[in-house]
Amino acid sequence: MTSKERSGWKSLPIGGVVLEAGSSLKYKTGDWRAFRPLVDREKCVNCLLCWIYCPDSAIIRREKWVEVNYDYCKGCGICAHECPKEAIRMVEEEK
Amino acid sequence: MTIVGLTGDEAVAHAVKQSKADIVAAYPITPQTIMVERFSKYVADGEVHTGYVCVESEHSALSACVGASLTGARVFTATASQGLALMHEMLYIASGLRCPIVMGVANRALSAPINIHGDHSDMMASRDSGWVQIYAEDAQEAYDWTLLAFKLAEDKDVQLPLSVNLDGFIISHSMEGVDVLEDEAVVQFLQTRKPPFTIDPEKPVTVGALCLPDYYFEFKRQQVEAMANVCGVLEKACREYKGIAGRNYGALEAFGMEDAQAAIVCLGSTAGTAREVARKLRAQGKKVGVIKPWLYRPFPTEEIISASKRVKALAVLDRAVSFGAPYGALCSDIVSALYSLRESPRIFNVVYGLGGRDIQPSDIEVVFNEALEAAERGVIRQETMFLGERE
Repeated sequence: MTSKERSGWKSLPIGGVVLEAGSSLKYKTGDWRAFRPLVDREKCVNCLLCWIYCPDSAIIRREKWVEVNYDYCKGCGICAHECPKEAIRMVEEEK
Repeated sequence: MTIVGLTGDEAVAHAVKQSKADIVAAYPITPQTIMVERFSKYVADGEVHTGYVCVESEHSALSACVGASLTGARVFTATASQGLALMHEMLYIASGLRCPIVMGVANRALSAPINIHGDHSDMMASRDSGWVQIYAEDAQEAYDWTLLAFKLAEDKDVQLPLSVNLDGFIISHSMEGVDVLEDEAVVQFLQTRKPPFTIDPEKPVTVGALCLPDYYFEFKRQQVEAMANVCGVLEKACREYKGIAGRNYGALEAFGMEDAQAAIVCLGSTAGTAREVARKLRAQGKKVGVIKPWLYRPFPTEEIISASKRVKALAVLDRAVSFGAPYGALCSDIVSALYSLRESPRIFNVVYGLGGRDIQPSDIEVVFNEALEAAERGVIRQETMFLGERE
């Protein structure tokens, strides 16, 4: 979410109260990321170790490989570290 | 009109009883005040149906108040000195979560050395915590302001916690005749609290969520705006209060300022002494005045400017030290407020009364004479005077 899409002080509910349930889904933590995991589909064997280890449940399972949900991936790099096939590499984000 | 003999603490307790507070949470041991001690008697005697929560510290007292306030309850607590210091963390939580808690503070010195007497060190150390701050001059004012406090704090455009400050011992423990309102008049004046949101299991909300650089700033700005709304809301509430009580309140009280050449600015009980001395000096033809801000946060800048635009010298009295600062807290605010005036009066700071050191009419006379001299000469002799200390 860009700064312009976020509500300003005039429209936000006072006191930081969140009036709806489950709103954390709208809070896209992907913009915390300094390094982006890139999956090499040729190397991926779909063992799903990354899917198990990801602390943010940001690995998406596909039939033959995995993808990353960049809306929520914070770029911790655990997936790349755990991947037995070195199919995931971390690339610095560019603004 | 019913006049009863009450100490400042008891006057506050009486007002809280009439306000029909839903919850009072307090730490019951030193440095607690008689405000909640007297209130606990009302509860025990069945005179009021308030949930009374005794907790293990002032930190917990204010935490309990925050929780209660979020349910939509009308909430009161009281403390002093080290107790307020222990609450410090929760002061910011109460204001940040926009809980209109009313707190009575019997202003007392902070340790070390240990001292239990009156000065403003405790509340001045909390002046940026986002609480509206009122200073009362006597028991009558403490009573009236406690009622006004709920009206102000709970207003939809304010929704901020508020402290009613009364000088420790000088007001908190001295008995005076206090004119109290009929219970029914208070009920009419205050109504029940109408919160903008509450914590309710039927309609769940999240309170106190993590708020990072992308949102935190906006919530602080909301608090700034709420503070800015206080003066207007206060004016309206005071007008309504005058209609039922006949007593006139506002952001500040000015005495003799229509023609004063020199004036004293001070908070709380000292204003009474200053006014008496001013009366005497004015009878001798000396043009002196007194400005007593009732409202300290938000600082009533406009009203201060309007009261001081003719005066040539101001002596600003601080009953607390701001170590290493150019002036005490009140004096710094006065200097800032008057900076925009083309011809700002000469201003000097007087630090006095620390740890409950008494201030006598003769001390005040010394200050007035110093201020008159500054007005006449157009220069001040010293930036800060320490009044009543031994060298």
